[in-house]
Amino acid sequence: MTESGNATDVLLLTLDVNGEQHEVITEPRRTLVDVLRHDLRLTGTHVGCEHGICGACTVLVDDRPTRACLMFAAQAEGARIRTVESLSDGPELSDLQRSFSEHHGLQCGFCTPGFLMLAEGFLAERPEATKDEIREVVASNLCRCTGYQTIVEAIDGCAVARRCPKEF
Amino acid sequence: MKQPLVEGQLVGRSVSRREDPRLLTGRGRFVDDIALPGMLHAQFVRSTVAHGEITSVDLTAVREVPGVVAAFTADDLELADITAELGRPLSEFVPTAMPVLARDRVRYVGEPVAIVVARDAYAVEDGLEAAKVGYATLPPVTSEQTALAPGAPLVHEEATRNTLVDVSLFATDGIDEIFDAAACVVHVESRTGRQNALPLETRGVVAHWDDREEQLVLQTCTQVPHQVRTVASRCLRLDERAVRVVVPDMGGGFGQKCVVGREEIAAAAVALRLRRPVKWIEDRKDALSASFLAREQHYEVRAAFDADGRILGLDADVVCDMGAYSCYPFTAGIEPLMASAEMPGVYRVPAYRVRGRAVTTNKAPTAPYRGVSRPQYVMVVERLFERAARELGLDAVEIRRRNVITEFPYTGVNNITYDPGSYLESLNLCERLVKDEGWYEKRSAAAAEGRHIGIGYSCFSERTGYGSAAFAQRKMRVVPGFDISEVRMDTSGAVTVTTGTMSHGQSHETTMAQIVSDELGLDIGKVRLHQGDTERITYGWGTFASRSITVGGSAVRLAAAKLGEKLCRIAAARWDAARDDVELAGGGAHHRDGRVLTYEELADVAYLQAHLLPKDIEPGLSATATFDVFNDGTFSNATHGVVVELHENTGQVEILRYVCVEDCGVAINPQVVEGQCRGGIAQGIAGALFEQVTYDDQGEPSATSFMDYKVPTAHEIPDVLIHHLETPCAFTETGAKGAGEGGTIGAPAAVLNAVNDALRPTGVELDHTPITPETVHRALNLELSS
Repeated sequence: MTESGNATDVLLLTLDVNGEQHEVITEPRRTLVDVLRHDLRLTGTHVGCEHGICGACTVLVDDRPTRACLMFAAQAEGARIRTVESLSDGPELSDLQRSFSEHHGLQCGFCTPGFLMLAEGFLAERPEATKDEIREVVASNLCRCTGYQTIVEAIDGCAVARRCPKEF
Repeated sequence: MKQPLVEGQLVGRSVSRREDPRLLTGRGRFVDDIALPGMLHAQFVRSTVAHGEITSVDLTAVREVPGVVAAFTADDLELADITAELGRPLSEFVPTAMPVLARDRVRYVGEPVAIVVARDAYAVEDGLEAAKVGYATLPPVTSEQTALAPGAPLVHEEATRNTLVDVSLFATDGIDEIFDAAACVVHVESRTGRQNALPLETRGVVAHWDDREEQLVLQTCTQVPHQVRTVASRCLRLDERAVRVVVPDMGGGFGQKCVVGREEIAAAAVALRLRRPVKWIEDRKDALSASFLAREQHYEVRAAFDADGRILGLDADVVCDMGAYSCYPFTAGIEPLMASAEMPGVYRVPAYRVRGRAVTTNKAPTAPYRGVSRPQYVMVVERLFERAARELGLDAVEIRRRNVITEFPYTGVNNITYDPGSYLESLNLCERLVKDEGWYEKRSAAAAEGRHIGIGYSCFSERTGYGSAAFAQRKMRVVPGFDISEVRMDTSGAVTVTTGTMSHGQSHETTMAQIVSDELGLDIGKVRLHQGDTERITYGWGTFASRSITVGGSAVRLAAAKLGEKLCRIAAARWDAARDDVELAGGGAHHRDGRVLTYEELADVAYLQAHLLPKDIEPGLSATATFDVFNDGTFSNATHGVVVELHENTGQVEILRYVCVEDCGVAINPQVVEGQCRGGIAQGIAGALFEQVTYDDQGEPSATSFMDYKVPTAHEIPDVLIHHLETPCAFTETGAKGAGEGGTIGAPAAVLNAVNDALRPTGVELDHTPITPETVHRALNLELSS
């Protein structure tokens, strides 16, 4: 629902984020990450480079890990978007989040939501992923604190636990 | 050091991080997450030339852009300059003023010239495009060689040789004769590339005026909140109490955020002037090109050895390219003075002479970066040992074994007294771990197949507990070093701890709580840390130089002990018992006869029934303590061992194995220490092999995105085997030494030595970093053609 072509034109979008419908009035040029963070106040998703390399802004769009800085919010209309805020149900951390904590897969925590969403999307698609395949995927995003080893171990640990649930 | 902490308590255990739940759920709060009513967004008109006079600044069109609210130049804001000083004579140090916004002259591409604020972050970018700035360009000084050439253009008129720091230290009597008579003299000329510390969260601030408190509040991501407060108050000519600095969650810093940035001050000035909240978030392009950089140094060092490989002397010339301005509070002296003072490192060097210089160039200014000069001088010294070993026909590890300090305390030729460390033990163990995995055999087997595998080591210590005395030796005008902590118990028996250090990934909320929990015998869930708020923290020097646990943690333990003493006295008074019959454990005070008063019960007396206290005990439960390191500091140490393979076709260096044996004294939380090691090693490898901030001959930065500035990923950074040794520190309250920087210090030297080991058949030796595929390729092709 655009008017005409100057910068002050706005769109009315409906975005499906974490299973909730949000109406947003925004400029067409506004990126998905800015709309999520600043219009919807879902600030868990972070901005690290705004040119698609660092992956701090990774969210799931129709289950696929996606750079939210490289996508206009308008392009996400009709898609299902998931952000880090969706990972845990209530105060309990999800198994993936717990695994990151157990393996010390985060330090400053800034890149962490991006890695979590990357891993969430990847493991859903490839539950049998090997550690080498996980490392390959982890190389999509940048972390400046951990040296990556513990992120790989965290994701691998979660994948292994999902494949062989402990018996009670 | 106090009594060793009781076994089975939390110190020494990998307690889960208390920071994690909020960071894992997106509930962390970083600067850009903050939004205040009526908030404006700021960005900077930045210089497009490296060196020039500003002839005009026209912001008329900027102000007409829809959404733009205001735009200011230096003349509009009339701010005092930021000037960092050393207490040294002009022959050794030239102070230079850094204006908050450039006034008459620009000295690097990206220097802020004007600030624009708009209703949203998109409109402010539109505004920047409409700015018109005229420059009369001056010839740029883009390297340390051109800066020092006779007749070079001057970056600062007052620095007549483009030299901000020039010191000559420790000229041992007879050193020339020692070199003349030595059996072996080796020489290394080494350069290290300019790097960006590159926290993933760029710099940023939200500034607003709080009418009720009559305070300018800066919510900013800084490692040094109190120092930002000082500079903001001086630049804005406010009483210091009228400025509050609050640090939210912080996405890394690594030194880039331990100096005061002009942008945060400019944003604060605009917030003050407009009486509206102003947010500035640095974008990645600005962070790569115009933020504080680091590391670009040039070394010329000679070392003399006797025929047995014992080092007789070091003679060094260190030149650091500091860029356009001296950073506050450390000054341009930070790198040359660190290198000059500490270069002998872990070795018994009997004679030493050094000249250290900081030159100024038309490049973005530098700040301390994780390791500060130690990655560079360790690399040079380790190269000297490798070269001497080759000349003398000695094993590269054996020559180190013959030279490392083994008896402590040891006072070096550099007048530094090292506290006990495990220099020899870490070296021996690291070599054994590499050997046990069969890497020496694998190297030989690979060579037989025409593959190029190399093994390299580095040994080093890192001064971590820099107290006031150590910084005072450097003659900083502003002397960091001590820390103050308060431990306060409320009526529910829960404790709030303050620290003047500021975690930006180092897990202080967990490690400081472990210390307090042990000291008071209190459940860790009852301990909470406050950091990074100048209203809550009496004073602090922030987090840098791996000082947080050594200095900050010691202050925390002392304050907790003081509070514990008060709790014991209250309990003794309630029981009419002797103080010595009372001890703390399990969340309360215990009499040796078995009686117990819980902390909740004691706090109830201290606050709600104070009439029950004896006259000599004040109501309330809080205690404050300060801690400083009065000797030359504490020294963590490590040996790194690395195995690399050079690939003939691509020229790439692949790391096959990385082993680290580290000793940071008592490890409060071993998992956290390992995290620091791994992260540091990754950054050290980045400097050794990948990252470099490059400029063209006009001073235009050429790596302004992650397409050009190569940050290593999980592909390039290997898993690291870490082994801990523990030499408790006598000078801290916890027995801990710092652990933040060692990885970064050890990695470049070890990687470079491994590459040179792999290149050994070619006769080529590399002494510069980053080691690019081109340099490796060239070296290997030399072999193929020879």
